[in-house]
Amino acid sequence: MSRIFVHGLGAVSPAGWGVPALRDALKRNSPVQAQTMVRPGWKKPLHVRPVPEPVSRPVFFDHPRLRRANLIAQFTVAAALEALGKNVSLVQGGRIRLGIIVGVMAGGVNYSRRFYEEVLQNPRTASPIIFPETVFNAPASHLAAFLGSEMISYTLVGDDGTFLQGVAIAAQWLTDGKVDACLVIGAEETDWIVADAMKLFRRKTIHGAGAGAILLKKDSGSGAIAELTVITDSFPFTQSQSRFETARRMRAHLPSCAPNELLCCGEQDAAENAAWKDWAGARLAPKAILGEAFVAFAAWQCVAACESIRQSEFTAANISVVGVNQQAVGARFLACADAS
Amino acid sequence: MLFPAPKNSDPTGANRVVVTGAGIVTALGIGWQKNAEGFRAGRNAFRPVTLFDVSRQRSKIAAEVDLPAELPTTKLSPNSICRLNRASKMLLIAAHEAWTQAGWNAVENLPVVIGTTSGEMAFGENYLQQAVRFPYSKKAQPTRVVHYQAQQQGLDLCNAFDFSGPVTIVSNACASGANAIGHAFETLRGGHAEKILTGGYDSLCQLTFAGFDSLQALSPTPCRPFDAQRDGLTLGEGAAILTLETLEHARKRNAEVLGEITGYGATTDTHHLTQPHPEGKAAFTAMTSACACAKISPEQIHYVNAHGTATPHNDATESVAINRWATDYAKNLPVSSTKSCSGHLLGAAGAVEAVACLMALRGQWLPPQTSLHKIDPACNFEIVRQPVDKKIGTALSNSFGFGGANASLIFRRWP
Repeated sequence: MSRIFVHGLGAVSPAGWGVPALRDALKRNSPVQAQTMVRPGWKKPLHVRPVPEPVSRPVFFDHPRLRRANLIAQFTVAAALEALGKNVSLVQGGRIRLGIIVGVMAGGVNYSRRFYEEVLQNPRTASPIIFPETVFNAPASHLAAFLGSEMISYTLVGDDGTFLQGVAIAAQWLTDGKVDACLVIGAEETDWIVADAMKLFRRKTIHGAGAGAILLKKDSGSGAIAELTVITDSFPFTQSQSRFETARRMRAHLPSCAPNELLCCGEQDAAENAAWKDWAGARLAPKAILGEAFVAFAAWQCVAACESIRQSEFTAANISVVGVNQQAVGARFLACADAS
Repeated sequence: MLFPAPKNSDPTGANRVVVTGAGIVTALGIGWQKNAEGFRAGRNAFRPVTLFDVSRQRSKIAAEVDLPAELPTTKLSPNSICRLNRASKMLLIAAHEAWTQAGWNAVENLPVVIGTTSGEMAFGENYLQQAVRFPYSKKAQPTRVVHYQAQQQGLDLCNAFDFSGPVTIVSNACASGANAIGHAFETLRGGHAEKILTGGYDSLCQLTFAGFDSLQALSPTPCRPFDAQRDGLTLGEGAAILTLETLEHARKRNAEVLGEITGYGATTDTHHLTQPHPEGKAAFTAMTSACACAKISPEQIHYVNAHGTATPHNDATESVAINRWATDYAKNLPVSSTKSCSGHLLGAAGAVEAVACLMALRGQWLPPQTSLHKIDPACNFEIVRQPVDKKIGTALSNSFGFGGANASLIFRRWP
């Protein structure tokens, strides 16, 4: 059996740019301040948790492919570069065969909405610059171009659990020797149309934006942060399988509570809460702090969990994802003896 | 478990992967028979667009599907059926044909891997229009939100055939369908599963039509891939679904085999978001990787189903890549683009063209491009222009998408 290790973490979130900002916000354990967003046609604004402006402008913003790119692409690249760290030059130099997997649910919705509004006004003048940015795989494409990586790249679409599906595919590519390393990224951006749609289902949930990234490799050597030991089956929400049943089955695939283990969950879902009611250990529930950011949220869960292992706060972390409308899926990371 | 891999997994990829069911919906018709007749004759299915207003667009034609009045009988409830829109219906019809042909039964943990570029985008368009025009009206909006999303179409398949399993949606632009099939192939080959439902689907919608028109990528006349005077693509819509199994699994249940998938290559062209690198390096590498995966050389490929969109850039690049990949053998290599019949089906293209390859391999004929006027001199290979019977054992299908997503699949005749 091949063993898979986490070698890098990256995050862009409503708490700021970088894993330290994410970690600080979770440590403070108080919700990041929500911002108002104009909802056309409404007197009252919507509330969202966007990503704040970076403290200093990242150099990669000047790359020709990223100058006009949508926010979700900028978040994707920032999180990816942080996770890659010193590996960036190895990828750019062709010394690492890097696979890229980006998971999204709403995707590049700013430009999609803007382009379609232009089409409704007059399709003759709809912008050919915006349209290509509306495809789901635009962020992955920009990232690959920035890194000069011509290896395989998938963009996956689905709910929060899509991030863990992406991690499973990355593990498969690594196990099969298809790539030397693989980045898995979850990314979303805020837009009034998404916040508006979310209010139809969960009135109190606040839509957030950003990206989370993990870098996976097969080797356990220098730089390994944690070991991926389990990704449960994905249990889809079907006619014959309720959210409660899927959450229960996902939870059954993960071990019982042990001392010094962390549970990183959503905590805003009755099915998930029921599945984990026996958990007596530490819990981290970033959704109330950061907002609902779909696939990016599941990525932050993994990043936060692995970071807590890196900081030696826990020896193991379990990830519970009961998604918005598709699936329940979980994962488990362990501290690795060889980690530096 | 999605990870670690099951104990019978094999990183060397020793499992052979076969197709035991195929379903297809295009503007040529519903089902294998009608599409095989259409592709074999090189018939094109283009007509004026009726689904949305194109009066202010440069192009006014596409390959629209005539959907049947009734959907096939499945386990979907009447309430669920009445919420389905075009993309979901086409996907369901194609899946039903493949499922029935394969003779599969409902099981736990059957993976679904499907590709699409926009899911049920028409619902998204309707949502935005109502949200802007009637900001306080919620009428039908929750249904639009749910059914707009691609994962719902995957869940509809689970519900229709009463199975459960991971639903993976690949959205790699116009290579989505090919990437989905390729990923399913690799998953089976490595022993991570025994059978997978896979394919691609996309329906026509105003956003993508206007988008390609804004790029001046649409032709006002039926597309002519690899023509010296080609001037753009013609959009289409449809779905194609394959039931894939390991050969061992298919043999155990005495399943009829339609063909074998032997190779898959996927690369990323980093040149530009919408334009391929003029030298076609990533396309060349995708074809070369697929051949390496299948352990064959280009000389052993008897037919290439090209991506062949009929845009000046794509066909020029693909010609360069095929010339380089096939070298001296190119002059004897039959190539055609079935987009000249069905249009460009975006996320469904790779899956529909995979089925076209299976049809050609089973029927021993080559799909022609009858609309071609004058072949682009950049093509060193033979373009199939007339319906022709031919003994072919292997076929390669190319799919290249926005964002530089490139994929090649190789199919082998069975037995």
